[in-house]
Amino acid sequence: MTRFGLATVCATALLLVAAPLAHAETIFVSNEKDNTITVIDGDTMERVATIETSRRPRGIMLSPDYKELFVAAGDGDIIDVVDTKTLEIIRQLESGPDPELMDIDPEGKIIYIANEDNSMVTIMDLKGGDVLAEVPVGVEPEGMAVHPDNTLTAATSESTSMAHIIDNETFELVANVLVDSRPREAKWTKDGKELWVSSEIGGTVSVIDPSTWEITDKISFEVPGVRPEQLQPVGMDFVKDEAFIMVPLGPSNRVAVIDTKKKEVADYILVGQRPWHGEPSADGKRYYVANGLTNDMTIIDLDTMKATKSVPVGRLPWGVAVMPGKTGAQ
Amino acid sequence: MKPSLALAALRHYIFSKAILPSGRVLSVLCAAHCQGDIGLKQKNDNALGDKLFGWKRSTEMVLLRSTSFRLARACRAGLSLATLLISALMIAAAPTVAQDGEAPPAAAQPKPATKTMEVVYLGKEYQEPLPLSFAEKVITDKGIQGARQKLKEANQAGGFLGYSFELEEAIVPEDADVVAKAKALLAAGNRYFIADLEPDDLLAVADLPEAKDAIILNIRSSATKLRQEECRKNVFHIVPDYAMRADALAQYLIWKKWPNWYVMRRDTPQDQDYLAQVQRAAKRFGGKIVEDHLYDLPPGARNLDSGHQQIQAQMALETERSPDHDVVWAINSDDDFGDYLMYRTTRPRPVVGTQGLQATAWDKSYTESGGMRFQRAIPRIANRPPVERDYTAWLAFRSLSEAAQKSGSVEPETVKAYLLSDDFRLEAFKGQALSFRTWDHQMRQPIILGGGTRVPVGTSPQDGFLHPKHLTDTLGFDEPETKCKF
Repeated sequence: MTRFGLATVCATALLLVAAPLAHAETIFVSNEKDNTITVIDGDTMERVATIETSRRPRGIMLSPDYKELFVAAGDGDIIDVVDTKTLEIIRQLESGPDPELMDIDPEGKIIYIANEDNSMVTIMDLKGGDVLAEVPVGVEPEGMAVHPDNTLTAATSESTSMAHIIDNETFELVANVLVDSRPREAKWTKDGKELWVSSEIGGTVSVIDPSTWEITDKISFEVPGVRPEQLQPVGMDFVKDEAFIMVPLGPSNRVAVIDTKKKEVADYILVGQRPWHGEPSADGKRYYVANGLTNDMTIIDLDTMKATKSVPVGRLPWGVAVMPGKTGAQ
Repeated sequence: MKPSLALAALRHYIFSKAILPSGRVLSVLCAAHCQGDIGLKQKNDNALGDKLFGWKRSTEMVLLRSTSFRLARACRAGLSLATLLISALMIAAAPTVAQDGEAPPAAAQPKPATKTMEVVYLGKEYQEPLPLSFAEKVITDKGIQGARQKLKEANQAGGFLGYSFELEEAIVPEDADVVAKAKALLAAGNRYFIADLEPDDLLAVADLPEAKDAIILNIRSSATKLRQEECRKNVFHIVPDYAMRADALAQYLIWKKWPNWYVMRRDTPQDQDYLAQVQRAAKRFGGKIVEDHLYDLPPGARNLDSGHQQIQAQMALETERSPDHDVVWAINSDDDFGDYLMYRTTRPRPVVGTQGLQATAWDKSYTESGGMRFQRAIPRIANRPPVERDYTAWLAFRSLSEAAQKSGSVEPETVKAYLLSDDFRLEAFKGQALSFRTWDHQMRQPIILGGGTRVPVGTSPQDGFLHPKHLTDTLGFDEPETKCKF
């Protein structure tokens, strides 16, 4: 650990003695350019550690038990697995070339990885790292989402503009839904009755009904004074018991708040430059979004829907993951 | 045929023929047995696999070793033959497999390929000037490799939705009659043409009466007249013209506050066209051509022992009497002196234009917005990095396949209407949607500034150059300026 890191830890420890535990959570931000993960204490919003990863870390997520952090390193052709206590890389998953986003089944047994470069979804045993299957999908797969009841997995393919649905039992495709250009992320509602897909270049978010695999709603964006081509939805995160979904809009420097019942945009929140991915806090009261071009993370208060603070992270921050509690380093 | 090639071809065959109708992952099955340690994941009554090869079968799960990534290398010649046998049997057995398995819900079945789009790559083996730098490879398959790559991708994606795509490669020798070839292809019913043709040939093909309802996509010529006085209703332009290129560079130079340009050029028709567009860009954006200097030393051979000494003196001589300037704008389409200018001018000035910093639709070091995928894909099939014409050919085919899938039709009339509609928003590694200008059928697109640099310098349009509708329409001829009349 660097001297700076140690000093920060000491300072944090002192602060912790003094201040009551407000959030007790840890935030991880992947920095695509720096090949690092910035670790932030949710109480102080200070950086407590920096983890060096394989090259070009982008997609980042925690295991359901929060013990492990998975980091897809695109240029490293590998997924680093970080122990959230020691903040050390304890093993690596041979994901195949250029992994970007991934999802883990609710039981924490299987990981579904999008391999951009070879147009495959790699399905892997989470513990052993064995490849269970590779499913050919459309060109340039990116978004991955396991259905809450673990029967299906959605994968988006950016170049093909489709959402592909994989049967988790047979690892075969059961449906392919054409959406607008360059679909980035897919998210299921908790009841599994809606699949949301963001289309970055198409500038829309599609809602798909899994009983028919038809698009039932399509939401587009409009901000006065902002060019339509800059309104590029990328990440998506349900907040407030799924009353809203937060959608970072890339080059427009805004996060859209969509009312999930009305399927309408309720608000736009100005953040840093080029936000792509975010994550709600452990208690669901805040939303953290990584701003790629300003090297910071904006904190949005979900009660007031206002940006309250900005925290510096590494260069070209990409994804955010949030863990309740502290790491061993804090 | 080499065994490894045979295997690859076979795998491709199985993939395309067996996976699509049944939706099963037969390619994985076929590929995996080379590894030895494999289970069949399908519940399959056909025990042939067990008998012939002793595959370890489990109805639970397929255990595929991660070494399967290096499959092609691992498979030996002997196994290829066996692959041939078992694959033939697997194909025969495929329908049975599909019936025996538990039927997925009706809506879930991938639709069978019902609509086929036939695309022709029409080209001619024109003599191209040798690159001045020995470091640049002489490439004789520019363009076609991009079309081949897109064919693979289009079928991969189209298979999910019931579309298939075919590519006919019609590249005639330099002395052959490309118009006669086009006539024959049109008579055979072809209507979609990716045109790797120089302006005269392009216009001769487009003006054939039978080509009236065809869609011809120009991937090669930057001649501005093709978008202006000589525009055609059945021609679309994927490649940027000289006006877009000059504007893209000019915006950057103005943004840098380098408004004084010293033009050094040859006098080919392409050079004259480019010069006219640099003059236009200067007027549009507030630049100034301090002098238009014709370089008229004959080119000669590109490599000479001790040749650099002479060149060093020559370039200094050619630039020493110029009025002061911020950059040298080289216009040298034949690539026979432009690269000599760098580091040899009398004043220390950067070089832009057809050499040095260039405005291009693709750059070999461009990786943004998913571009890395194209950078990796082309070397796999062509053994070289992609060049601009590979990208424009890929983009032309992609425009057609996207329009077919989104409009739900492979009829030229519907496809054309879709290409020109507001719904056509094509993603192509440029971070924003590409579309066609309705007034001259030019594809609007951001333009990369790179080419003669080791990494891209930027992308135009530059910040601050505004347009009421599309920022990309600040590059090239906008609607009020067009001379095109369809």
